[in-house]
Amino acid sequence: MAKVLVVTSGKGGVGKTTSTAALGAALAQRGQNVVVVDFDVGLRNLDLVMGAERRVVFDLINVVQGVAKLPQALIRDKRLENLWLLPASQTRDKDALTDEGVGRVIDELRSRFDWILCDSPAGIERGATLAMRYCDEAVIVTNPEVSSVRDSDRIIGMLDSKTVRAERGERVEKHILITRYDPARAARGEMLNIDDILEILATPLLGIIPESQDVLKASNVGSPVTLNNADSAPARAYVDASRRLMGEEVAMVVPAERKGFMDRLLGRRAA
Amino acid sequence: MSMRLLRLFSGREATAPVARERLQILLAHERGLLGQSDLLVTLREEILAVVSKHIQLDPDKVMVKLERGKSVSTLEVDIEVPNNFDKKASGERRMAG
Repeated sequence: MAKVLVVTSGKGGVGKTTSTAALGAALAQRGQNVVVVDFDVGLRNLDLVMGAERRVVFDLINVVQGVAKLPQALIRDKRLENLWLLPASQTRDKDALTDEGVGRVIDELRSRFDWILCDSPAGIERGATLAMRYCDEAVIVTNPEVSSVRDSDRIIGMLDSKTVRAERGERVEKHILITRYDPARAARGEMLNIDDILEILATPLLGIIPESQDVLKASNVGSPVTLNNADSAPARAYVDASRRLMGEEVAMVVPAERKGFMDRLLGRRAA
Repeated sequence: MSMRLLRLFSGREATAPVARERLQILLAHERGLLGQSDLLVTLREEILAVVSKHIQLDPDKVMVKLERGKSVSTLEVDIEVPNNFDKKASGERRMAG
């Protein structure tokens, strides 16, 4: 059974696109057929993070409007043959998406893939509500920071009221993914800790992604962090999260950077 | 206690507890507000339905506001009706009778 999962947050810049790419690649590496769909019409970036920006011909809007067929718009990943991208349009705006059109595309994707990961735009407007509209599950990306937690709370309220599942009286399975976490700062009481965030949002935890330079390095070269440096702390955290999505029990730990000898000698900071 | 000791030695202030408390208060308030706006939408629709049975109304001219005060709150319902609404209604009644 195909699963539609929205990666959302309300707030911008918390790591939705990074997380969509990293989780999509991690699921594909476990043999799942995965498509990542960019819903950020007008400000697409998933193509760039996936390293497919020069291969975009048709996009989600073209498929919604019937200008192109779905297989024409799907881009296969260069590294993993069972990972695909459906890009957003860069020239149109979000009004070009219709509820009914998105529903049709999602239905067609359901017949072809095991996982459909919808990368939501920031905000609570049309693009964000359509990205979550047909989801079965939701990953709410949250930074340990007051404005991000507040926006996540708002998004949780919308997932519980504005999705097709909610309207049918069914449940959307929701998960919190904490990104840019710095265990040392949390221990010093300078950053909201995991328990505080989970208590406030009253939603189960999918994973903790530590703050790391490897995330920027991966996006610089257009590769999901799980593929670019599989040994890095964020990559291991994303892989753990993807295993939890598949129903495996994985102990919740914050992977630490593996420091080299020179790093230790020079006392370099991890983050 | 351990946090205080840590603070003493590090000279840094633990600001996370403040963040947590502010969030808890704010979200309790905001969740209430969202629920309230649903209540106002329902009230508005039902008031509109009842009044519309007797008077022809422009749905956009029906305002329902709730203002929270310290000891009492007020529910304000403001309905704009056309000047000749009663004539029309009595005219219809005559025709029906």
